[in-house]
Amino acid sequence: MELLVASAIGAMTAGGVYLLLRLRTFPVILGLALLSYAVNVFIFSSGRLAIDMSPILSKYGDASYTDPLPQALVLTAIVISFGMTAVLVMVSLGAFLEADTDSIDIDPSETDKDATK
Amino acid sequence: MSHWIILPVVLPAMLAPIIGFMMRHDIVLARVTSVAGSVLLLGISLVLMSMAMDGTTHIYRLGDWPAPFGIVLVLDRLSALMVLLTSVLAFMVLLHAMATGWDDRGKHFHALFQFQLMGICGAFLTGDIFNLFVFFEILLIASYGLMIHSGGRDRMRAGLQYVVMNLAGSTLFLFALGTLYASTGTLNIADLAANIPEIPADEAGLVRVAAMLLMIVFAVKAALFPVQFWLPATYANAPAPVAALFAIMTKVGAYAILRVHTVVFGPGVAGTEGMIDAWLFPAALVTIALGAFGVLGAKRLMSLISFSVIGSMGTLLIAVAVFSPVATTAALYYMVHSTFAAACLFLIADLVVSRRRGDSLTPTFATVQNGLFAAIFFAAAIAMAGMPPLSGFLGKLLVLDALRDPGVIGWAWTAILVGSLLTIVGFARAGSALFWKSTSIDAPVAEAPGPNDSATVAQVAPVMLTLAALVALAVFAGPVASYLEQTSAQLFDRSGYISAVLAPVEES
Repeated sequence: MELLVASAIGAMTAGGVYLLLRLRTFPVILGLALLSYAVNVFIFSSGRLAIDMSPILSKYGDASYTDPLPQALVLTAIVISFGMTAVLVMVSLGAFLEADTDSIDIDPSETDKDATK
Repeated sequence: MSHWIILPVVLPAMLAPIIGFMMRHDIVLARVTSVAGSVLLLGISLVLMSMAMDGTTHIYRLGDWPAPFGIVLVLDRLSALMVLLTSVLAFMVLLHAMATGWDDRGKHFHALFQFQLMGICGAFLTGDIFNLFVFFEILLIASYGLMIHSGGRDRMRAGLQYVVMNLAGSTLFLFALGTLYASTGTLNIADLAANIPEIPADEAGLVRVAAMLLMIVFAVKAALFPVQFWLPATYANAPAPVAALFAIMTKVGAYAILRVHTVVFGPGVAGTEGMIDAWLFPAALVTIALGAFGVLGAKRLMSLISFSVIGSMGTLLIAVAVFSPVATTAALYYMVHSTFAAACLFLIADLVVSRRRGDSLTPTFATVQNGLFAAIFFAAAIAMAGMPPLSGFLGKLLVLDALRDPGVIGWAWTAILVGSLLTIVGFARAGSALFWKSTSIDAPVAEAPGPNDSATVAQVAPVMLTLAALVALAVFAGPVASYLEQTSAQLFDRSGYISAVLAPVEES
């Protein structure tokens, strides 16, 4: 299972970084979404991977439990990254509607032209 | 346990939704509430300052859970200083935004402004590194809204770059936190500081990875080479009052480096010994050079000021990179100074640019009150470049004095001194193009500046306040420096911090 989780995180991170480096808005948003999935699974697994264990201490003295803190952390991270992705979509829509292009780069000749205008 | 410590977070957090939901159609009411909130915040931060003055580390346990299990807010001299700096700057920027009407050019300026203050104050006060991440996100999401306030093509596109850059940074922050938690099992700063020195150097691989990842994240915020490239486009295209407020945002990154990499991965920790300064120092050198060349080569006034901000962050972080109490004192003094200097430059630039066509550094006809604007710009440029008599000179002097170690003196002094020279040349060129050459060009009759364009007292007053802060910082350099000396001594007293935060709760 460790191998499966680790390679899933690795694949999602690699895909995310690749898409993040594209020049259009849409792939970049997908890339950031992939990256946030990867990091959520990563945080989740930072409390060690455990199967069939509850995240609370048993009152019968059974020491087998899984760390609850990363689960709380990952919930926070999911909420934040979801909200941020929504903001990103709105900002990129706004930029697309204003500029009529969805390229991330700002063409230097364009800004120079504006500066001398 | 004093409840004052949570107020800088709670007050803006309550005001922002009230302004956003109930006063969105009434700009006057929103302005009054926002100013009242800002004045209250100023008062609260003064109280916090007086609490921190005696050198005790105050703890606020949220939900009264003891430290490593619950989240704590920590108030020491450094946090109190940063919160005070934030509230003073916010007050000045708010006055400017209202006097120039920036806040009325889009929706929700005041609500976002209060959320931004909440995030910044929270980041300065928290004693938990995951909580630091949360406050970073709050201040970022508010800054996205402020950055694209009032819209426009260039601003939206620059804002998109800014959002993407910071989202990537946040993801990296989470990776760092996951790594840190996996290797230590805690995210409380004091608990981390207590545990990490006990990890032997040859088993500290994961900790080193986490320390370096955190370094990169904070470097993104502090605009340090090689992740500084987002700053010029963002600051140059943001509304000017927002750019002035963002002067404190880069300092949040510098504060986080100071806090985390001094207390947690600080000097004497076997696992990360020498690793951070080995990278931070050359990166800061290159940042100074980049800032100086950027100032020299800028074609627009706003990007010129943005590059001077990058240069000042380089000077600040080169002093941080030494990780010694003396250098940290110098860094803190320079941090306070460069916040006001950058804000002053952005505010005066706004007054000038709004009366010219565009902000290109080419001479056009002179605006109204050319002499007044030129004088203020001259003073602000002197402060930023580090010439006497304003506090920039003292700040740079302190930084140079702290970097006298034979190993660093050659590189550091060359970079700072040559960088300052280039910055002076760049500002002189910009000033002469904007104010001097323009007096010899006659305005077309239709576009001649009329008396209606002249700046009102309310518009000039915030700029004057920032200048006054710089003068006060220079005049009272002695008392300020002695406070900062105690601040950095407290920062480097790691065992004092740990025992204060992890102290057992007394039964009451």
